[in-house]
Amino acid sequence: MNGIIAFYNSTVGRKIVMSLTGLFICLFLIEHLIGNLLLLLQDGGASFNAYAEFLTTNPYAYLPLRIIELFLFFTIIVHAWSGITVWLKNRRARPVKYNTYGIAENAKFASRWMFGTALLILLFLIIHLKEFFFEMRFGEGNHNGYEIAHQTFANPYYSGFYIFAFIVLGFHLYHGFQSAFQTLGLRTKKYISLIEAVAVIFWFIIPLGFAMIPIYILLHPYSMALAK
Amino acid sequence: MKVTLKVWRQKDKNDEGRFVDYAADEVSPDMSFLEMLDVVNVGLVKKGEIPIAFDHDCREGICGSCGMMINGRAHGPGRGIATCQLHMRSFQDGDEIVVEPWRAQAFPVIKDLMVDRTALDRIMQAGGYTSAKTGGVPDGNAILVPKPAADEAFDAAACIGCGACVAICPNSSAMLFVAAKVSQLSILPQGQAEREARVENMIAQMDEELFGGCSNTYACEAECPKGISVRHIGRLNHELLRAKL
Ligand code: HEM
Ligand code: SF4
Ligand code: FES
Repeated sequence: MNGIIAFYNSTVGRKIVMSLTGLFICLFLIEHLIGNLLLLLQDGGASFNAYAEFLTTNPYAYLPLRIIELFLFFTIIVHAWSGITVWLKNRRARPVKYNTYGIAENAKFASRWMFGTALLILLFLIIHLKEFFFEMRFGEGNHNGYEIAHQTFANPYYSGFYIFAFIVLGFHLYHGFQSAFQTLGLRTKKYISLIEAVAVIFWFIIPLGFAMIPIYILLHPYSMALAK
Repeated sequence: MKVTLKVWRQKDKNDEGRFVDYAADEVSPDMSFLEMLDVVNVGLVKKGEIPIAFDHDCREGICGSCGMMINGRAHGPGRGIATCQLHMRSFQDGDEIVVEPWRAQAFPVIKDLMVDRTALDRIMQAGGYTSAKTGGVPDGNAILVPKPAADEAFDAAACIGCGACVAICPNSSAMLFVAAKVSQLSILPQGQAEREARVENMIAQMDEELFGGCSNTYACEAECPKGISVRHIGRLNHELLRAKL
């Protein structure tokens, strides 16, 4: 136990924890996107709601899914906590700032704004969980996820915020995905091009896929009516 | 050519410090940046003022002592050079050039542009060595080292300990330096005896010196006068995992 705490307290150890938790969250994004794309079907929510129901009520899947869900919350909290503490420690490492600091010429935008994108993602997660997760799982009112989604995304401000959040996520993962492999010591000459190729899925295709849901609903304002 | 210098002046480590402007009016484009500072200093001495203190020794890019931040770039503009290899032709006539010391909690300013880099020495003492048997000199060819390993170790060994990686890093992290040292020794047969202890102890010392952590911005690789690659940081991380597991 002491060894684990010491590992977590070392700068490299904490980054390794961040890389593993970050990659686990990336795996979840795949599953989450595939499920949510069911929202685009014009079937009155039959497929999406069946999927949502499976996730919460199927007796065989119930226990494993709750365990995975708790583990997911745990990894997000550990990842966010590690990110915030690492950032604070890194700020203390340079108490006197430069007058002229040419970091922009030497490092990519996404790598320099990890903390900024992270805070926006955190804000998004809080709003998103409140609107969907808690509403569908524990809310008093409507438990029909398909309807909630079509109603909320009909609001262009709400949709705009979601689309913005996915762009931000894209930036976080543009740097984060390959960075995680570097942190694990796997970004070797041999694998660099493979990692960069797979990274495109995570920083471009997946955020684009998520953004398509509010975009589609915005462009089809009658989809609710059609669905009914 | 003429340039205006905006130089950080600080009497000692307790002094607050401030920027002072100096006009350098007789600069040859063929001068190195340090030679230009020498000329400015001669002028200061003639006026009875205290010359600008800066570290330097070899003036050919191999000792690593001449580091300073020039217009926001470690060792100034250009790639793969130390400040002593930077020439005034890299600037335009009439430029204003901001000159600052390395900034890091672990590198306290001693005076003007000189910083205390002994934190890097203490990291070396924590594990940057190999055990060797005493006695006669072994035959040079007795230990076989495959060519790729020798090349990779040699690339890492090019690090001159200048601290530019720390200076440019947004986190003041010494990871590229530590990685170069750990990588060099972990690849070679001579470095196997302390392989696990080395990486753990050097990283522990790095943390103790209050360097920041690595965010993989790769700015260090871009500014390193010896072009040390960040793949050595990958190897450092891998070595730590290997030692722990
Ligand atoms: C969908 C959610 C998220 C995913 C998939 C994700 C993924 C990642 C990955 C893969 C990394 C790279 C780790 C490494 O360099 O080894 C990373 C870095 C980072 N993450 Fe996240 N992250 C997410 C949300 C968050 C949140 C909510 C926070 C905190 C509020 C956060 C804070 C950070 C920070 C600060 C870094 C940079 C750490 C550094 O290199 O210094 N992330 N993230
Ligand atoms: S890694 Fe490069 S920048 Fe860092 S101390 Fe060594 S030579 Fe200087
Ligand atoms: S004076 Fe030795 S590297 Fe510049």
